[in-house]
Amino acid sequence: MATNVLLPALGFDMTSGAVARWLKKEGDAVREGEPIAEVDTEKATVEIPAFATGVLQKILVPAGQNVPVGTTIAIVGAPGETSAMSVSPKSNAPVATAPTQVSETKSQPSNGDSWVKASPVARRIAEVEGVNLADVAGTGPNGRIIQRDVEAYLTRRPSGVPAPAMSVAPRAPVAPTPTSPPSSLLAGEGRREEVALSRIRQAIARRMTESKTTVPHFYVTFEINMTDAMKMREQLNNLASAEDKISVNDLVVAAAAKTLKKWRTFNASFRGDKLELHGDINIGVAVALDDGLITPVLHHADQKSLKELARDTKALVERTRANKMRADDLTGGTFSVSNLGMYGVEEFSAIIVPPEAAILAVSAIIKKPSVIGEQIQIAQMMKATISVDHRVADGAQAAQFMRDLKALLENPVNLLID
Amino acid sequence: MAEKSYRDAIKDALREEMKRDERVFIMGEEVGVWGGTYAVTRGLHDEFGDKRVRDTPIAEAVIVGAAIGAAMGGLRPVAELMTINFSLVAIDQIVNNASKMYYMFGGQFNCPVVIRTPAGWGQLAATHSQSFEAWYASLPGLIVAMPGTPYDAKGLLKSALRSNNPVMFIEHARLYGVTGQVPDGEYFVPFGKSDVKRAGKDVTIVTYSRMLHVSLAAAAKLAQEGIEAEVIDLRTLRPLDMNPVIESVKKTHRALIVEEDWVSCGMGAEIVARIAKDAFDYLDAPVERLGAIEVPMPYSKPLELMALPEEKHVIAAVKQMIA
Repeated sequence: MATNVLLPALGFDMTSGAVARWLKKEGDAVREGEPIAEVDTEKATVEIPAFATGVLQKILVPAGQNVPVGTTIAIVGAPGETSAMSVSPKSNAPVATAPTQVSETKSQPSNGDSWVKASPVARRIAEVEGVNLADVAGTGPNGRIIQRDVEAYLTRRPSGVPAPAMSVAPRAPVAPTPTSPPSSLLAGEGRREEVALSRIRQAIARRMTESKTTVPHFYVTFEINMTDAMKMREQLNNLASAEDKISVNDLVVAAAAKTLKKWRTFNASFRGDKLELHGDINIGVAVALDDGLITPVLHHADQKSLKELARDTKALVERTRANKMRADDLTGGTFSVSNLGMYGVEEFSAIIVPPEAAILAVSAIIKKPSVIGEQIQIAQMMKATISVDHRVADGAQAAQFMRDLKALLENPVNLLID
Repeated sequence: MAEKSYRDAIKDALREEMKRDERVFIMGEEVGVWGGTYAVTRGLHDEFGDKRVRDTPIAEAVIVGAAIGAAMGGLRPVAELMTINFSLVAIDQIVNNASKMYYMFGGQFNCPVVIRTPAGWGQLAATHSQSFEAWYASLPGLIVAMPGTPYDAKGLLKSALRSNNPVMFIEHARLYGVTGQVPDGEYFVPFGKSDVKRAGKDVTIVTYSRMLHVSLAAAAKLAQEGIEAEVIDLRTLRPLDMNPVIESVKKTHRALIVEEDWVSCGMGAEIVARIAKDAFDYLDAPVERLGAIEVPMPYSKPLELMALPEEKHVIAAVKQMIA
């Protein structure tokens, strides 16, 4: 029986995507689970696997063509099966886009309600300045957003957010965009230059604006004595092979996963009139790439040993850096950890990745004089800040979460036992 | 530079060209001994005689037809039609002969005829108060000039008299007495060059002929309230020069078209379409059009005035666009 290969939703807000490259040709044999195509999303290039073993009978969507999530992009038939498509007179007709697999986040119907009423020049300025017109109030006739509204919005834009001197790239065929800033920008010639936003940059801009403007954040910072944890890590790493070596981040993720088991409120999503407490603990690990930031997801972090955690995280980060992510890697996150410790950052707070309820920002471990008992000792101190969606949890809960997290990391042997 | 009326500026152009080129002659109803219904040709009969300033019977088809024949034969006739309303009688000559002659005969004949005719209103009632410039501007092969100032009237008419192509030269009955600076020497205003008559940054008013003056008066009042309107005079409707209009809309982001003709299917429709195409991304408001109320022109003076756009309408339209 022939199986339809559908364009999967690779991320909760993905509504469309394009096959970047077909890894198989029509007529090639494919095994279930074997990657057959690479799909470009706003976040990354992701391999999609065949859902059945057989022969790739027909490629319905050529590389580069953007189609809605759920579109049948190819057909895999049983070995030896005649292609159903090849005998159909409609075999070359454009693919019906009716999604057979209903995505949770279908694009808005383009009815009057979702249409932002804006004058052409307002749209043009918004595009050049990177303004989301949905954020701008219209004062023109019938509430139309006109030039002065966008200009007023630009002058009100918080000073911490510099007006991007770049234009939004048109929704062009997806191609890898240059990632490093043009040298002339660095040279500081005083020349204004426009740099097209990569898709990942656009996605970050949209998601983070959405998060910061719709999610009420609050922050709780603790200082954690990591002296014992570092000692334990050293002992474990002396015994471990290279691929099993444990990083500080692994310790933090393990501690966070354990703490989340107790404090389920932080492993949740705000859903308007209710809270969704997630069953799995899937921790997003922020990974810095040249052109942006991705938070691939470490699934079932609470069920992994430190060694498994270290190994899986390494593989995940490598896949991310190599642009070889699997669909799974981008979906299902329930909590995130962002670590800037390797850059020597002393303290920072992170923006929550919606629809998660919290994110933990981890800073560098710095040797400091600390009062231990009645004595001053040199200890390895680390600051950690949790950003919490105030709709989901309150300060006292966050403080207890952090207190437990701190206790775990300061008595790290607890990370090794259940 | 001398201050001259629109009427005298036109007469200057005619006289200068008749002196320069003996092929130029005038024909029309009452243009000779009487000196023209609007006194444009007064004195020319005495100066140039019967042969070159010829009175004709009341037969517009004949006037235009004979002028076309003379033009094909090597002369440079100026056919005056007493009003553009009467051009309907000659419309077959204008549409099927004058505008297409060069094309139909593969370039063997030029048709250097100038048809001078006043348009507009003035208690002349429905059949004598029309404009029709949009009709003529829709004809390939015909040049349509509709000057608004004495300066442009003289310069454009001289260009028309030197042109080898047929020109519909539409004057406005209400402009003959309007005065303005007209240089003494010879000069030309080329076809297909719109003119920025007043610079401004807030709104672009596109207009021509008598409405130029209404628009300029409105712009002066608007300026007192801090609204700077840019006023652009099209001067020729075919060829139509949209460049200054597009450049202006890119600056002001708003355009209002003011014409005396009816709005539907008029010049404004063409201008809006071109703005929509070439300056779409620069608009901050829909392009607005202002014209006469779409009724046959009433004879009663108060009703006639009510049917026409005035300064206050232009001001109101601009304010509504800027609000």
